[in-house]
Amino acid sequence: MDFLIFQVPMLMVQASLDGILLGILFALIAYGMALQWGVMNIINIAQGDLVILGGYIAYTMYLAGIHPAWGVIVSPIIMYFVGWALYKLVINKVVDRDLFISILATFGIAIVFQQLMNFIFGADVVVAQSEYGTTMLFDNSVTLPNSKIFSAFISLVYAIALVVYMKKSRLGRAIRATAQNARAAKILGVDTEKVYAATFGINAALCGIAGALISITLTLHPYVGLPYTVRSFMIVIVAGLGNLPAVAISGMGLGLFEEFADYILGTEFRIGAVFMLLVFILVYRRFKLSKKREYLK
Amino acid sequence: MNKIAKLFITLISALTLTLSSVTSSFAKVEGDMIVLGSAISLTGKYSSNGVHTQNGYNMAVDRINKMGGVKVGGKSYKFEIIYYDDESNPKRAAQLAERLIKQDGVHYMLGPYSSGLTKAIAPVTEKYKIPMVEANGASRSLFTKGYKYLFAVLSPANQYLEVAIDLAVEKNGGKPVKIAQAFEQDAFSQDVRLGILDAAKRTGSKIIIDDKLPKELNDMAATLAKVKATKPDVLVVSGHTKGALTAIRQIAEMKVDVPMLAMTHCDAAKLSKQHGKKSEYALCASQWHKNLSYKDKFFGGGKKYDKDFKKEFGYAPPYQSAESSAALLVFKDAFERANSFDRDKVRDALKATDMQTFYGNIKFGPGGQNVAKPMILFQVRCKGDTCENKVVAPTKWASDKFFHPIPPWSERS
Repeated sequence: MDFLIFQVPMLMVQASLDGILLGILFALIAYGMALQWGVMNIINIAQGDLVILGGYIAYTMYLAGIHPAWGVIVSPIIMYFVGWALYKLVINKVVDRDLFISILATFGIAIVFQQLMNFIFGADVVVAQSEYGTTMLFDNSVTLPNSKIFSAFISLVYAIALVVYMKKSRLGRAIRATAQNARAAKILGVDTEKVYAATFGINAALCGIAGALISITLTLHPYVGLPYTVRSFMIVIVAGLGNLPAVAISGMGLGLFEEFADYILGTEFRIGAVFMLLVFILVYRRFKLSKKREYLK
Repeated sequence: MNKIAKLFITLISALTLTLSSVTSSFAKVEGDMIVLGSAISLTGKYSSNGVHTQNGYNMAVDRINKMGGVKVGGKSYKFEIIYYDDESNPKRAAQLAERLIKQDGVHYMLGPYSSGLTKAIAPVTEKYKIPMVEANGASRSLFTKGYKYLFAVLSPANQYLEVAIDLAVEKNGGKPVKIAQAFEQDAFSQDVRLGILDAAKRTGSKIIIDDKLPKELNDMAATLAKVKATKPDVLVVSGHTKGALTAIRQIAEMKVDVPMLAMTHCDAAKLSKQHGKKSEYALCASQWHKNLSYKDKFFGGGKKYDKDFKKEFGYAPPYQSAESSAALLVFKDAFERANSFDRDKVRDALKATDMQTFYGNIKFGPGGQNVAKPMILFQVRCKGDTCENKVVAPTKWASDKFFHPIPPWSERS
């Protein structure tokens, strides 16, 4: 019974597809995190809460009678300004400081966001309905909600658009320059303050898209942000900073890992397995670095 | 001079204190008042249900007092309740229980809101041998500790979905069924799970999927894929509102066909508001429903209670209010049968309770839990876009027929 997945091969297909579709969504959130981590050296604990806030924006539209899928356009616009304002209010005061201070600051932001969302939207669990129907494969033995396919597709579109934007646009190039060497970029006339604000805004916008997608595929609740933060942290650690294909692959890998952990270890270990993997990878990385003798301290 | 004045004040205040405590030690019955005490959550995370509980108590007190009060020894007495706000905090609740008993001299207690707070208060009432009738603590662990002074008018948590398994077996022609279950890892849901395990054992049914959902989980796709592959006769889900909403969403999206779906925390208002017709046919466990045909002379039946409550408080009574009102009917009945205010006589009378109230039959088992009232199941049924709870089990009280099996998704619009 424990290994139902090996007895019913179709479950493998189901688990793989579920995992990959979910993983692409995780990758989008992780890419935002990688971006601002790389540029500003800030680990954003509030990442998941930005996602949930983005979801609530789509949900609010849904309540007003607008199809929640439009949230993937409206939510990032609003969230860009939320991110920008957050930068101006809090992040710019910690951006050059110790990593520990920025973690504390964003942790504080996370708590404030959770309480605010609880206050404004209430503590009830909510969902937005897309009514997209279901795709059935292999004679109805594998079913994929179209909302999940839609969310993976939208994530890909935005991810590609972002890559192109970073390569081609003026701001994108400024962001990449700042990531490589902030001081040199400053000397060469890049307004790093603006770049930082824009980066944080873009990150929040990506969270907003992901949140809107989550509102139509999963459920929203003011306090479920943290698992998204942990997942994106994990993906970024595996993939490294500023490497989009790696982020995408590691995101899908994590999605697959979660699904298979669910089948093989049991549902109760699904989230636990992610945390265990995180610990394992951190230890492994340290071990590798120490072998190279490049790791001082 | 100053010193003397201070001494004087101290003496006087000491005297007042002694006097007040002397008078209050008779507070169990003052004149024609029977004084009950209750710590209740008026603020904090349980505040909304705390208020429902208090409204239920108050409504019953008014009604009983108006209709002649409690007759003991040929004299008529009225109920009065001393409330303290426990701030939804177990420690505070236990302190307040001590205070009610020691300072206010209360000899009979009404329960607080929630299993957690009841657990905090029960050791105190037990220590002072104070009978407590509680209406909002369903956790099974309350009834396995051998408490002698604790009486609960509600069914324990492990009974929430037992009826559903019986119903599934009945629909299967009395033969054992295959059960798939997914429970969140919290005390309440795990109590519900134990009940299912018992029911499975009793009926010889097999549990083929037994998933435990982590608290943060909002994706049940894996569990549901397993359900699809193994085709159980009944799927049981308990994970608060989040579990119910996630299950309904993903069952519909993944087109999982299961003949019977039983859940907790899923009244139609919440489900159909979020999911519309997708929630149809779900079975939900509940302590009480206004359509039940139980009756008593104080509130009439459930529908009349519903109407009167709405008139008094401006909203429809949730089951938390109904069960709280029932607690006072139990106290009244026990006082009259004991025909005395002796705590132990009242306690023995409570123990022997066997009555019907608008909320249900009440008879206490050895652990103090109510064994006479079955949990009820309602099924979400929709007409057009409006969905309603219809009581379908147990058959004796059902207002509607249980719709079984759930039609496959290919036939649902």
